[in-house]
Amino acid sequence: MLEIGLSHYLTVAAVLFTLGIFGIFLNRKNVIIILMSIELMLLAVNINLVAFSAELGDLVGQIFAMFVLTVAAAEAAVGLAILVVFFRNRGTIAVEDISVMKG
Amino acid sequence: MIEALAFYMFACTAVAAAVLVISAKNPVHSVLFLILTFFNAAGLFVLLGAEFLAMILVVVYVGAVAVLFMFVVMMLDINFVELRQGFLQYLPIGGLIGIVLLVELLVLVGGWTITADAARSAVAKAPAPEVTSNTHALGEIIYTQYIYLFQAAGLVLLVAMIGAIVLTHRHRDSVKKQNIGDQLARRAEEAVELQKVDIGKGI
Amino acid sequence: MFDILVVFLPLLGSVIAGIITFVPAEDKAKKHSLDMAAQTVTCMGLLLSMAFAILVFWDVALGGNARTTELFTWIDSGALEVSWALKVDTLTSVMMIVVTVVSAMVHVYSVGYMHHDTSIPRFMSYLSLFTFFMLTLITADNLVQLFFGWEGVGLASYLLIGFWYNKPSANAAAIKAFLVNRVGDFGFALGIFAVFMLFQTAHLDTIFAAAAGKKDATFVIFGSEFHALTACCLLLFVGAMGKSAQLGLHTWLPDAMEGPTPVSALIHAATMVTAGVFMVARLSPIFEFSETALIVVTVVGATTAIFAATVACVQNDIKRVIAYSTCSQLGYMFFACGVSAYSAGIFHLMTHGFFKALLFLGAGSVIHAMSDEQDMRKMGGIWKHIKVTYVLMWIGSLALAGVPFFAGFYSKDIILEAAYGAHTGIGMYAFWLGILAAFLTAFYSWRLLFMTFHGAPRADEKTMAHVHESPKVMILPLFVLAAGACFAGYLGYENFVGHKAAEFWGNSILILDHHKALENAHHVPLWVKLAPLVVGAVGIGLAYILYIKRTDLPAKIANAYQGVYQFLLNKWYFDELYDAVFVRPSFVLGRGLWKVIDGWIIDGLGPDGISNTVRIMARRIAALQSGYLYHYAFAMLIGVVVIASWYLFTRVG
Repeated sequence: MLEIGLSHYLTVAAVLFTLGIFGIFLNRKNVIIILMSIELMLLAVNINLVAFSAELGDLVGQIFAMFVLTVAAAEAAVGLAILVVFFRNRGTIAVEDISVMKG
Repeated sequence: MIEALAFYMFACTAVAAAVLVISAKNPVHSVLFLILTFFNAAGLFVLLGAEFLAMILVVVYVGAVAVLFMFVVMMLDINFVELRQGFLQYLPIGGLIGIVLLVELLVLVGGWTITADAARSAVAKAPAPEVTSNTHALGEIIYTQYIYLFQAAGLVLLVAMIGAIVLTHRHRDSVKKQNIGDQLARRAEEAVELQKVDIGKGI
Repeated sequence: MFDILVVFLPLLGSVIAGIITFVPAEDKAKKHSLDMAAQTVTCMGLLLSMAFAILVFWDVALGGNARTTELFTWIDSGALEVSWALKVDTLTSVMMIVVTVVSAMVHVYSVGYMHHDTSIPRFMSYLSLFTFFMLTLITADNLVQLFFGWEGVGLASYLLIGFWYNKPSANAAAIKAFLVNRVGDFGFALGIFAVFMLFQTAHLDTIFAAAAGKKDATFVIFGSEFHALTACCLLLFVGAMGKSAQLGLHTWLPDAMEGPTPVSALIHAATMVTAGVFMVARLSPIFEFSETALIVVTVVGATTAIFAATVACVQNDIKRVIAYSTCSQLGYMFFACGVSAYSAGIFHLMTHGFFKALLFLGAGSVIHAMSDEQDMRKMGGIWKHIKVTYVLMWIGSLALAGVPFFAGFYSKDIILEAAYGAHTGIGMYAFWLGILAAFLTAFYSWRLLFMTFHGAPRADEKTMAHVHESPKVMILPLFVLAAGACFAGYLGYENFVGHKAAEFWGNSILILDHHKALENAHHVPLWVKLAPLVVGAVGIGLAYILYIKRTDLPAKIANAYQGVYQFLLNKWYFDELYDAVFVRPSFVLGRGLWKVIDGWIIDGLGPDGISNTVRIMARRIAALQSGYLYHYAFAMLIGVVVIASWYLFTRVG
């Protein structure tokens, strides 16, 4: 318990990941929550990578985490831009209203 | 001892903040809680000895991404009083899936062991922190072995930037700008016109 | 040469008349000339054919010059070799005479009878076509050609019974005739297959030559062993039962009276129905080797004779009485063949052809005179008005009843004597039934005469005023037939069944030595010879009492024995029985197969069901695409969890 090992960090990462997943389909409010949940999931992955990097003494994990960070930022930017345009055209970002692709 | 305390503090706060991210009524609150999560994650990184990454997390995630989120949330006119709450409808099945996933992850975590000689097969061996700082060590690897990936990441960011601008740019008629081409193409004959004006009368 | 002409002249006439049928007639004059053309062509064809048939008879039967004329090969496939050939021996030439004479007379008669009809060329064409098929049947050199003629006469019968196709009852009768015949034909076809299986050929001469060698052969069918020749003969006899309206497959004959009277005379008295008898006689070389088949033939023939005679006693339609009479006489012919007296059967066939056709055509005259009235209860008291017809009907009835010196006397008596002379239990059964049937025959024939011609007129005044003798074109053929009815028996006796019989028939009929019925027939006791005469006289006397002297008696008897009367009037309820056992279940089966199996099961499980299921499935799957992003994300998540779980539980361990 007190001796913090690899598994502790992995547990935290797992919990954060699951919370991010919950956020995607449990939320009814708006799309921004979905984007934030994605960020949470990416954060969890990062924690995982860094934890393993520390454990194995291998810097590759941290480098990879940095790249993940970069891509996450890019993705957040583009995603929000799309959201803004969508809001301009539709006037709403409530999740339930976005069903234009309904087949 | 300290380490354990710090770890639990950071970890619990991070998890609690994450829960609040997805369940807060006010989206602004959600973003703020996201920022809190990031901060605590940075703290965890520091505990792991990856201080460069921790600072990058704060600067990029909190300073850029979360602020971007905040901008958008503020810009979009979301009246959170009317937001529909259909949360509980999907809770059973969603909860089940989530729990299953979590349990599997934990089983993995608990059941796996790392081989003794795994440390010896490291791709990029981390030097002792007393000799080289984390940042220095990272720099030595990025700019040599992973230079191409680094440049590619830069390109990704470039594309993202251009994409975001292209998507959201609107032409506004009320904004007046100079059109240099038109200005330079002006000719004296069409610019000025002489009118004979009688005294006391206008044009 | 003449053989070919005899067979194919009617075909030529039929084809030409058939072409004339399709020429449109704009006005009455043109129609009249077209009709005349058709009638002339067909009648000439038949009269010439008749003349040549007489020549052939002279040559072949009296001259002993039997021959086979090969025309061309029809089928040549492995073991099956069938050629189109005309086998002309005594049996054939006798039949040729019967067919061509009666047919020619009917053709000429039809010119007068059908004078007011709208489709004369079609009628004449069908008559000649029928004659051609019948001639093909009797000149057949092999079983397949015989079957061709067999089916062809069935077709012509259908066409002619349903000639007035605007009448629903005529159509129904035509279909009934065809279907009942079909049942017989099915048995016949199976018989042909059995013969082929046994002899590896369908050629008659070859079969006859090999028959003696196969007399103990057996078939193994469904695990049981059957005597081969018996099986063949029984199956072939089923065909004869259908074609000759024997008991069981007789229901079509009375209904066939829906056709015009000349048709009844030609087809259902003299020719088509006798095809069965001809077939049994022709195949005597194989029937002789099967005791069982002969017994069956005898029993069926005798039972039919008595059955039809009983029904004829209470019928009210003049044509139906004569139809049942035909059925009964056919029974006589069959049981004659059954006791191996084939020549007696054919002899009776010939004489019967003449007097039965005479009776039918005479009845046609009566109907014509009574303005198309056929119910005898509405006739009566017309003998003075149509004397010639009256006399001719008398001649025909005398011949039918077997009064001495008329044709029927010779042929019928020899049959009864042969039945007695067989000296077997079955022969005696046939004999006594034959005697009883003779009594009933005389009774109903004179009933017909008395009800139709004598007594107070029961028709209304308008009809009675119109009663007139038929024109010459209708009477002349009747004279020819009457001549046959008078003299054919006397003239033919010696050759057909007398001392010259063996020489006359030659190889065309085979009678084994131990079947001595025909021989013994000449040596029967006197009472056997006199019995038919006595019962005939009693029958005539009874008819006289009931229908001239005490005309109230028939109604009283009918009321007293209402059950028996109804039973006979309704033809022993055969039609009702068949309707319940065969017709209705067929309809139920057909409807069931259509609605339930075809409609519900096959369509339901097949095209309709599958298309419906596909549609439902597609709709449900389309509902998955809800348009909600988080639904899609959730689906992806579930996928990930499934893969991870599977990986965890199968690979890791």
